[in-house]
Amino acid sequence: MPPQRGDNPTMITLLYFARLREALGTGREQLALPPAVMTLAGLRVHLAQRGAAWATEMAEGRNLRAAVNQTVVAADAPLSDGDEVAFFPPVTGG
Amino acid sequence: MNVRVQQDDFDISAEIAGMRRGNPKIGAITSFVGVVRDINDGDTVATMTLEHYPGMTEKAIAEIIAQARGRWEVLDALVIHRVGTLQPTDQIVLVIVASTHRGDAFAACEFIMDYLKTRAPFWKKEITPQGGRWVDARISDDKAAERWKT
Repeated sequence: MPPQRGDNPTMITLLYFARLREALGTGREQLALPPAVMTLAGLRVHLAQRGAAWATEMAEGRNLRAAVNQTVVAADAPLSDGDEVAFFPPVTGG
Repeated sequence: MNVRVQQDDFDISAEIAGMRRGNPKIGAITSFVGVVRDINDGDTVATMTLEHYPGMTEKAIAEIIAQARGRWEVLDALVIHRVGTLQPTDQIVLVIVASTHRGDAFAACEFIMDYLKTRAPFWKKEITPQGGRWVDARISDDKAAERWKT
């Protein structure tokens, strides 16, 4: 058995910005993480399985950044109940 | 230390005067103003809309200023970044750094701007005659930020 979470549901808030928000047609959602999804990379794979625009935008080759609780983190970052997880394209301010 | 994300325009003279009055140790103040161009990648830009990640934006800029403080003598620093819809010739971003001497003020101002371009969560969407398009990140901006790592 691969590692899994405990019995309590793990709820996270997901945010999408800019081009990604438009492509997915949503900027925000609440998600109960499946027990097998432990990390940011796992979440991305899980979201890509929704198909259509999700499969395209969340695909491995896509240049996406991600933040957990408003800090940019690496793909192996673990996820916990109550986390705010944001996906977005490379930034273009200034 | 001061970070503001706002729709309203800003007045660089008023901001510099306020900083100067607040601290008689200041001997040098540098500033940078970013402005909306009417041409980008060969196309006419009618308007530009800036989106950001409220909360993380302020945190990311404060972190960049803290890093600048760790590397140079920074007596005071201010970043104002506008969001919403802007027109060509409008001001987008203001960075002001105060130090005792000019060397630290110039370097810290440039560092803050280079890091802001590659780390602060803002995204530009341009409206051109062909329609709306999200601006792509530039490799030259990544390189500008990279050079501070040495």
